[in-house]
Amino acid sequence: MSEIKEKDFRVLTSVTVRFAGDSGDGMQLTGSQFSDTTAFIGNDLNTLPDYPAEIRAPAGTIYGVSGFQLSFGSDDVNTPGDLPDVLVAMNPAALRKNLKELKRGGVLIVNSDAFDQKNLKLANYETNPLEDDSLSGYELHQVPISSLTANSLEGLPLSPKEVARCKNFFALGLMYWLYDRPLKNTEDWIKDKFRNKAEYVEANTKALQAGHKFGEMTEVFTTRYKVEAAKLPKGTYRNISGNEATALGFLTASVKSGIPLFLGSYPITPASEILQYLSSYKNFGVKTVQAEDEIAGITSAIGAAFAGNLALTTTSGPGLSLKAEAIGLAVMTELPIVIVNVQRGGPSTGLPTKTEQADLLQAIYGRNGEAPACVIAARTPRDCFYMAIEASRIALKYMTPVILLTDGYLGNGSEPWRIPHVDELPDISVKFRTDPERFYPYLRNDNLARPWAIPGTPGLEHRIGGLEKADVYGTVNYDPDNHDRMVKLRTEKVKRIANDIPDLEVDGEDHGDLLVLGWGSTYGSIKDAVIKARRSGLKLSQAHLRYLNPMPKNTGQVLKNFKTILIPEINLGQLAHLVRSEFLIPVEQLNLVRGLPLKVNDILEKINSLLGGGNGK
Amino acid sequence: MANSPEVVTQKYTAKDFTSDQDVRWCPGCGDYSILAQVQRTFPDLIQTNKEKIVWVSGIGCSSRFPYYMNTYGFHGIHGRAAIIATGVKVANPDLSVWVATGDGDLLSIGGNHFIHACRKNIDLKVLLFNNRIYGLTKGQYSPTSEKGKVTKTTPFGSVDYPFNPLSLALGSDATFVARSIDRNPKHMQEMIKRVGQHKGFALLEIFQNCNIFNDGAFELLTEKDTKDDHVLVLEHGKPMVFGKNQDKGIKLDGAHPIVVDISNGKYSKDDLWVHDEFSDAPVHAMILAHLDDRPDLPSPIGVFRQYSKETYDEGIRSQINRIIEKKGKGDLEKVLFGSNTWEVS
Ligand code: SF4
Repeated sequence: MSEIKEKDFRVLTSVTVRFAGDSGDGMQLTGSQFSDTTAFIGNDLNTLPDYPAEIRAPAGTIYGVSGFQLSFGSDDVNTPGDLPDVLVAMNPAALRKNLKELKRGGVLIVNSDAFDQKNLKLANYETNPLEDDSLSGYELHQVPISSLTANSLEGLPLSPKEVARCKNFFALGLMYWLYDRPLKNTEDWIKDKFRNKAEYVEANTKALQAGHKFGEMTEVFTTRYKVEAAKLPKGTYRNISGNEATALGFLTASVKSGIPLFLGSYPITPASEILQYLSSYKNFGVKTVQAEDEIAGITSAIGAAFAGNLALTTTSGPGLSLKAEAIGLAVMTELPIVIVNVQRGGPSTGLPTKTEQADLLQAIYGRNGEAPACVIAARTPRDCFYMAIEASRIALKYMTPVILLTDGYLGNGSEPWRIPHVDELPDISVKFRTDPERFYPYLRNDNLARPWAIPGTPGLEHRIGGLEKADVYGTVNYDPDNHDRMVKLRTEKVKRIANDIPDLEVDGEDHGDLLVLGWGSTYGSIKDAVIKARRSGLKLSQAHLRYLNPMPKNTGQVLKNFKTILIPEINLGQLAHLVRSEFLIPVEQLNLVRGLPLKVNDILEKINSLLGGGNGK
Repeated sequence: MANSPEVVTQKYTAKDFTSDQDVRWCPGCGDYSILAQVQRTFPDLIQTNKEKIVWVSGIGCSSRFPYYMNTYGFHGIHGRAAIIATGVKVANPDLSVWVATGDGDLLSIGGNHFIHACRKNIDLKVLLFNNRIYGLTKGQYSPTSEKGKVTKTTPFGSVDYPFNPLSLALGSDATFVARSIDRNPKHMQEMIKRVGQHKGFALLEIFQNCNIFNDGAFELLTEKDTKDDHVLVLEHGKPMVFGKNQDKGIKLDGAHPIVVDISNGKYSKDDLWVHDEFSDAPVHAMILAHLDDRPDLPSPIGVFRQYSKETYDEGIRSQINRIIEKKGKGDLEKVLFGSNTWEVS
């Protein structure tokens, strides 16, 4: 046995790590375990799962590579990182696909066992990159992960296939050692996950520990890294993904409104998880209907809203298209429903597992007739929780459909969340109409909302539907002036929501040369770009819209105080289009539609070019 | 509450179910009869709490129905009646949810929702106004129009085969499947009552004449001198007899129905197929649903099949109750604070 050498500890403020391997290699699991443990020891973090649409693409192929990137640090971490500092590549295809992104001089850990002829060929390598000098610009660590895993599991009653499946835990254990993280969280997770399979508990735990031990014993690694806990505000924290936060937000909205939750939904990537999470909260009386199609998802929700439930439907891009007609029905019948669109790459089936922001105009305008709906958007994974409550509050108070936009990156990505106590959250209770005295289905209150009178209430029997309704009385009506009035009333109702939402906040000076304006999941990238630009001596401000229709009342004023407005978006300029037409001002755009979050550096370059290299003296 | 015993409930009358809206179907339309039979039957079916009745519809002539009933009503969008109604029923299983729909609404654009509502046994009472034509869009052929139908969109005759709605419902395991005719008010009233009493997905197909675009589609079944020879009235436990002089019967030859003469002494009622609504297998009902595929066999009306199993809405409710019993009522604070938390001080 070789003597254990003392290893150096190097302290870092932030690191970006990417795990990459076959879609069957368990990279998503490895990444999320690493994230959970990292959150648990107090780092701030942000993650980007990036996986192919195929569930088990043929092993060894480039298109079958699944990746998971996270950035963690002792300061605020707002993005999953532009380029990784560390790449763990489980096979040649993973290396081929990800190497170009690894920072020069970055740490590269490869499973050398996987670099055989067959895999090299599948990854289009003519020569083995581990043997030529093509990787000389990186800190390469060749680790025979497969065989080391197998050695550590010798004697266990497992098939070779089952043994091979444990190798991701070996890699995880090694990474835990390298970044000085405890094994306990993952050990507990393994125990719980395989509670009915003792041999798997033993095997995975052993592989994990073997990886950790390997780091300690081997001479391959001479340095370990320390990333101190971030200075987060006081409180109790958990690591949360956007989809789980969305689900918890609606559960909370149901509790805080006192109205039972109904979800009608058809499974679709990357939104299905919300349906899965909510299906597990039956003891809150949550009703989930896995409908026969997207249209059934929303129309069942409309029926449930008519009958007095807090009704929602969850979907992604193509599903929103299918629901368009039904959203119009909810506009016409003025019923409170929430439509969640976890946006993905489009058009059509597009890039199901990738992120995009190209459904904004569809959400605002994509219906026949003048069919105004409130549209809001979450900006970080944890913000999904608050915006889900907000969507419910607005829907219930204004008797209107509300579309909540998130996206694949927010939905799958995670970050630490300071958990609020239930009594810190707003009361959003509403009252059903019960008094038959002067009851008219379309007699509006000060917010222009009509009464919510639900079946089962004596004396309030009434009929509503998709045909135009007479003002106040709600009977079918074809009168030209009535239609004109109703079209304008419905629009005015949605506009007035602006009186009831927070002002647009500006980070930085409230006037100046440049404001970077965003919406949705670009928040973190813009924030980091703005911070970096400021560090380099530039003066600029940031504002981020969470309410898109209507926008906050002060939006026009905020924008007018800046010489230049830059709007970075993962689309071809949809918010830019809205801002131009609404406020009649020119705007600069940055549009990259790669199915990925915007890189901080891309935004920074644009900022630099707009400010001509300096405006801060 | 209206249910408390000391309140003496006045029996409802047909008028209580009549809304103040003018009925706007074409004069002579079969829909009028359906509305009248529903309004006449409801006082027998619904003694109290009429506020628990909800009518849901889609789009089409039939789908104006909810506006004419003085109950809660929801006029949906094309094809979606059954699924909107599903949302209503699941949200509040105490409601009695009725659906008024047509052959285009339920079987063409809404076909998917129909089969899944059957499959899931959602407790809905569905009246299918089958006039075998698109009325509201002014006369195009429908998925129940016979092959060769000449309409505005098929000037040379349609080339596709029609759906058989009852066969589709039986094949999708609907728990109650029946048929009636607009021109037979007594029979329709009886069927509406049966639908109202059934717990689970109930389909009542009503042959309905559209006198503007498909007049006479069911003539043989409604005209005085032909109807008895062309309609077989199904009654549970009774042999299948029909004909002007009750002189014909249906005999089952294996799975093959044949018409026999019971007037000439060769066959008697004892030889005939005896109707069993409660038959375990859908096979017999399926044979009945396809009886009139052959021109020499009559069209059955009545209850083809009924059986009972847990409804979808009950299933959801009882699952919730079971889980509450097991885990206790949900505690939001506990869920938010979940496991895997850490403290920052
Ligand atoms: S078009 Fe036909 S079905 Fe429609 S109302 Fe007129 S007669 Fe009745």
